[in-house]
Amino acid sequence: MSVVQQHKIVDSRGTSCPGPITDLFKAYRKAEIGDIIELLATDPAAKPDVQAWVRKSGNELLDIIDEKDHIRLIVKITKKGR
Amino acid sequence: MGQQIVMEKTEPKTQQQERLMIILSKGTLDMVYPAFMIATTAATMGKDVHMFFTFWGMNAVTKKTSANLKVAAVGNPGLPMPNILGMIPGMTSMATGMMKGRIGKAKIPSIPEMITTAKDLGVKLHACSTTLEVMGTAKEMLIPEVDDIVGAATMIELSEGGQIIFI
Repeated sequence: MSVVQQHKIVDSRGTSCPGPITDLFKAYRKAEIGDIIELLATDPAAKPDVQAWVRKSGNELLDIIDEKDHIRLIVKITKKGR
Repeated sequence: MGQQIVMEKTEPKTQQQERLMIILSKGTLDMVYPAFMIATTAATMGKDVHMFFTFWGMNAVTKKTSANLKVAAVGNPGLPMPNILGMIPGMTSMATGMMKGRIGKAKIPSIPEMITTAKDLGVKLHACSTTLEVMGTAKEMLIPEVDDIVGAATMIELSEGGQIIFI
């Protein structure tokens, strides 16, 4: 049984709190376990908020990459609720 | 004693969601926005979120006012002008226009959009029956996203064991 893992990019640049988290969550609802969601954000709260979200939802933050004018948050879906 | 704690830990954990109740009693933009921002965010973090609209908070879920909430120019010392000027006619709409402009620039969704997102995330909206009575509002005047009309007892019961935020 092979499982195809998706790598989805969610562009939330330009939005403010709670934009990045709601965008991430909308992608998370459609995602399967093992999928990667890459969230692009300019909101300074995105980093701590995504860190809090993964802790609360039981998912994994693989990497935080600082780009020139935005950050990329690489989230691995390891738990699906609801 | 110590044994008891261990036993409690080994018991299967109940899968019940944590609950958050937001009571919104104000109807100005600066009060309604935080309420919906907290509600939608809490919902994404797996909480079972309920909002109880009472007094001026009802403006947020009333058809006529939901999309046209204002910023109070009087009694709002946060505005960058002497408070007394707030009494001049037109100041409320000016303050509202200024705030809406900034909200648009920050790409923050409008209140009706926030309500749609909140509903999509499973947030429950409860309207207060007494407020309907006091304001002379009929059920038909509320936006269809409102789940039900309830009283304080329902609100208290819904809040049991959860967090409550009063705005």
